[in-house]
Amino acid sequence: MVINIIDDIEKSIRETAKKLLEEKKVDLIIGYTKGSIPLRSGPCFITDASQTDMLVWNQSCDLNLAKYLAKNDNRKIGIISKGCVGRAIVHLIVEKQLNKENITIIGIPCEGVLNRAKIMVEIGDKEIIEANIEDNKIIIKGKDFNKTLPLQDYINQLCITCHYKIPPIFDIIIGNKKPEKPPKDDFKDLNEIESKSSNDKIEYFKKELNRCIRCYACREACPMCYCSLCFIDQNKPVWFGKTADISDNFIFHMIRAFHVAGRCVSCGTCSSVCPIGIDLNFITRKLEKIVKERFDFESGINLAAPPPMGTHKFDDKQEFMIEED
Amino acid sequence: MTDKSKEKSTEEWKPKIIAFLCNWCSYAGADLAGVSRIQYPPNIRVVRVPCTGRINPFFIIKSLAYGWDGILVSGCHPGDCHYISGNYIARRRFAILRDLMIFLGIEPERLNFTWVSAAEGERFAKIVRKTVENVKSVGPNKIFNKKW
Ligand code: SF4
Ligand code: SF4
Repeated sequence: MVINIIDDIEKSIRETAKKLLEEKKVDLIIGYTKGSIPLRSGPCFITDASQTDMLVWNQSCDLNLAKYLAKNDNRKIGIISKGCVGRAIVHLIVEKQLNKENITIIGIPCEGVLNRAKIMVEIGDKEIIEANIEDNKIIIKGKDFNKTLPLQDYINQLCITCHYKIPPIFDIIIGNKKPEKPPKDDFKDLNEIESKSSNDKIEYFKKELNRCIRCYACREACPMCYCSLCFIDQNKPVWFGKTADISDNFIFHMIRAFHVAGRCVSCGTCSSVCPIGIDLNFITRKLEKIVKERFDFESGINLAAPPPMGTHKFDDKQEFMIEED
Repeated sequence: MTDKSKEKSTEEWKPKIIAFLCNWCSYAGADLAGVSRIQYPPNIRVVRVPCTGRINPFFIIKSLAYGWDGILVSGCHPGDCHYISGNYIARRRFAILRDLMIFLGIEPERLNFTWVSAAEGERFAKIVRKTVENVKSVGPNKIFNKKW
């Protein structure tokens, strides 16, 4: 049986969750539930089989649920995993942050999630009262306006380039999709920025990052940020200022990106949760490219591959080293 | 008085470069350049670190934020690390950091990484000359305008 329709997947998720809870195979199900505003979803934690109707699955399920798994949690947990959630779990296991034995991965196929920030740019300051997704269209109803937007234009950029629609490992799979061999990624989408001059690049990023209000939602939502003391919160030494000054913002984003290099699973959650709608996807895409090209590594695919920053080779590329003339 | 200050402003701009040198190779290499009386430009200020693996990327980023015009990082040649693999780990780290910084718009000429051994005084002088040349080609660092 092949299930592709999103409603059927939702139904199967609920059934599977219910069954697992009833059979006491898991103590807790982590999944998505309806958000408090249209086009948003939130995480939900279900321990009771009667509550499984809370679970939803649609194009607004943009969070990476792997964030809610903890190293010292000894409960048996079932987690609804789209591709990038599965990748995050794999990489967390590789970095010894999770114990696979306690986790039941319920894989679901994902065709991409919405980029809400992009929709908000289209809508402006107006309030959305109701939104539905039908026939590849987003139908938005507001106080005194209606708008219909084509779905494919508002899919998160990382989902378009994503090759892992289902998790690389799973215990249960909904939708019976075979893992496909990923096509070769050429990182064409980065060409535009990469071909700019240093000056234009820095202007572009300064303009974008200047809007950051330093709420740290991007860090909080990232499944790969698991340090118990983040550099942001360190005060001995203070590595950079805590203000929303552009210099501080720039340093913050540079280091945040550096810290997730080689671990980022390209889930796009950091962009999705940003209240200002800063497009962090470009930076995470670049990280993916650097790690792929330099170390031929993709995070969260292979349980046996060591993380690139924790290993080294004698003949790593070093073309950037300066030489005497 | 006025003439003098005028004179000063027309003086050639001298880049300020911070150099992180590892204790076992490059620092000794710099020392050798010194005792051998090999001339090199006086634009670098040396910070001695135990190993290139000790260099937190924050050192580099913070130096730029503080207004240093360029960075020079130098350690032992591959295979020569006193701590066996410190420089390999550093090499991966710098490769990613450099790619990322260039992507964000920091001129590659400011970020100089190299290997110099304890026996290469001559090479050290040449590398410093090259670094100064690189940094001069991109001018003063105006990336971060925050006053600390
Ligand atoms: S940096 Fe962003 S895209 Fe990468 S894993 Fe974290 S939240 Fe996901
Ligand atoms: S979520 Fe957005 S505004 Fe908040 S710290 Fe991250 S980039 Fe800045």
